[in-house]
Amino acid sequence: MKPLRFLSLLLIALLMLALVACGGTTTTTEEPVEEAAGEVEEAAGEAEEAVEETGEEVAEAGAGLGMEAAAVASEFFSQEELDNSIRLMDVTPEGPEGEPWNQALEPNFIDTTQYAKEGPYTFCFSNAGVNNPWRVVGYNTMEAEVELHPEIEEWIHVDAEGNDEKQIADIQDLVASGNCDILIVSPNTTLALTPAVEAACEVLPVVVFDRGVQTDCPATFVQPIGGYAFGYTGAKFLADNLPAGANVVALRILPGVDVLETRWAAAKQVFEEEDLNVVEVQFGDGNNDKVKTIITDAIQKHGQIDGVWMDAGATAVAAIEAFEDAGAPYPVINGEDQQDFLVKWQEEGLTAIAPTFPTFQWRTAVIAALKVLQGEQVPDPWRLPQPAVTQDNLEQFVQPGMPPLHYAMCGCETMPDFPERWGGTASE
Amino acid sequence: MTQITANTAIEESLGARAWRWVRAVNPVYLIALALLVWVGIRNPVFFQPDNFLTFLQRATPLMILTAGQVFVLVSGGFDLSVGSVVTSTVIIGAILANNDPNATWWVILALLLGGFIVGLVNGAVTTFLKVPSLIATLGMLLIAKGIGLFWSGGAPRGYLPDNFRMWGRGGIEGLFGLQDFPYAVIVLVVFGVGYWLLLHRLNYGRQLLALGDNPRAARLSGVNVNLVRISAFVICSMTAVVAGVLLGGRGGVSIEAGTGLEMQSIAAAVLGGTMLLGGRGSIPAAMTGALALELLFTLLNLMGLPKPLRDAVQGLIIIGAVAYTAYSTRRTR
Repeated sequence: MKPLRFLSLLLIALLMLALVACGGTTTTTEEPVEEAAGEVEEAAGEAEEAVEETGEEVAEAGAGLGMEAAAVASEFFSQEELDNSIRLMDVTPEGPEGEPWNQALEPNFIDTTQYAKEGPYTFCFSNAGVNNPWRVVGYNTMEAEVELHPEIEEWIHVDAEGNDEKQIADIQDLVASGNCDILIVSPNTTLALTPAVEAACEVLPVVVFDRGVQTDCPATFVQPIGGYAFGYTGAKFLADNLPAGANVVALRILPGVDVLETRWAAAKQVFEEEDLNVVEVQFGDGNNDKVKTIITDAIQKHGQIDGVWMDAGATAVAAIEAFEDAGAPYPVINGEDQQDFLVKWQEEGLTAIAPTFPTFQWRTAVIAALKVLQGEQVPDPWRLPQPAVTQDNLEQFVQPGMPPLHYAMCGCETMPDFPERWGGTASE
Repeated sequence: MTQITANTAIEESLGARAWRWVRAVNPVYLIALALLVWVGIRNPVFFQPDNFLTFLQRATPLMILTAGQVFVLVSGGFDLSVGSVVTSTVIIGAILANNDPNATWWVILALLLGGFIVGLVNGAVTTFLKVPSLIATLGMLLIAKGIGLFWSGGAPRGYLPDNFRMWGRGGIEGLFGLQDFPYAVIVLVVFGVGYWLLLHRLNYGRQLLALGDNPRAARLSGVNVNLVRISAFVICSMTAVVAGVLLGGRGGVSIEAGTGLEMQSIAAAVLGGTMLLGGRGSIPAAMTGALALELLFTLLNLMGLPKPLRDAVQGLIIIGAVAYTAYSTRRTR
């Protein structure tokens, strides 16, 4: 009895600990950012990049791995795309003034008369998930856009809950049902969804947005400039507002997600070029508590932190509060267009910037799909502008009464049921 | 008898005697001490009072959560719902309070009431419907998280007012000549002492331990088994609400607030020598286990290991520590 009991106890304990150990990663990948896109490839690779940057003691720990990791890291990185993204940030978009969701950068219009059809239409949407605040705001915006168009008689939304297999089945079901006039897809991961999208293309027109697929078959692909521009904007702002040699902490969410890797790759290059002293590169898992811990420890360890760069803004306020609680002066920081960060920025007069991965692209997907069915010309790819919130336009994006994690760059202020649909109150 | 032990003691070398002494101490204290020293070496300013209190403030939610978990564990059950109770506390607290400082007190009371109900349901389902607690609380994990997320529409809304957040974030300025004496540390002491009394000094604790050891014997000796078991779940859930208030205070509104806490609290309790399947456990040791776990997180952070490696190292160290604890508690049993 005794040894048996001991054995079972140990077995249970082992099981549980395995869960604790992986618990952290499995649960957080659900949340991964918003746009957090593409194929979640080998995590080990990029993680090493962090090692490279975090200083001597760490370099010792993973020097050997560093070599190997550098090779994997390069798969995530394309200097050509980075340069192109930086160039696109200065390109003036074409389209109606003040409506960035209707604008396009260097549009290459294609003919869609082959898809033209008489209304009313049934739109079908296969969604990767509504599992984080960015996607919640995006989907609310999308539904509001659908309501703006009486030609869309029916709107069928299928939520894949962040699961590739489910999304593949969803797409097959939607196509097989024969009810859809057009299919909009926000792919969960790039590689896994490509065959399903290709199969769908043979039956009906497809519009892809947010994350991409590796095929040209969709009628058009809607996407903002992307991760490089996001990372570059934040890092460049830090470099412009800090002297060379200033101590910077880089906070990332998790390794191995391509849109996040590109953000970091662009920032890293800026930090190297501008001689900022990146003292820590850490993964905060999008967890406020963890981010606060990382910053508190960094301030203790390095004495002074002058700047904070983040690959996503959900935890920006926690990072700022860590400085308050430590009695340290505010850093130069980049967040994202979430309300809580913008409010904090305005209240405390921070030196800050908020690059965005705009949620208004969810509108554009519907607009593009409608144009395709009506046989109008659409840009392919439809490259959307990717504006940042800066000190100059901050006031315009601070919206009292909106929830803390509402993404201000939604282009939704004039849409039906604003602000209630997005969880806000009109009172203030 | 005394003669024999005295003789063997004399024959023992100094080293062997020290080793025996070491083995007599609950290993979790040694583990925590070793980690404490290690962190101190990596980060010399760690032991400055202000810095150390900041660390304790950070560790408080997991420590009291673990203490609450011990009540359920020693009764022979599990509570997997604590993590999502914490998350829901933060999310629902933000919706209810909506940045109105006047609302803070009734919101905290309402949340505690919610915790009471969750615990009651957990306990009742386990006791009367005979659903194993592992499954009952797994279901509650999903329910609590689901309700929180549904109510908020998928993304957190509302803010927690400052006087709500002060419990996890603020402190008394200038107390003991310190910059800030965190409220959380006061909460920690109150709960630590209170739960220690409850489990180790009061009749209720003895009944609970008896129930976990042998429910049949406990019932035959006059323990109201159902009431005692249900109350353990209620204590655990309400403690989770308190931990949620502290965590929400520290970090602000986030749907990640309670992620992974159920497993961490059980691991910490086991590290502190709490026996899974019931009958044996100690509040101070379990809370030290939680402290050790937090120290481990801090250490791995300080060492700057990349996250995947950090997870693996963490898992290995915890398994090693628990195996050692299990080994030595078996010997001393």
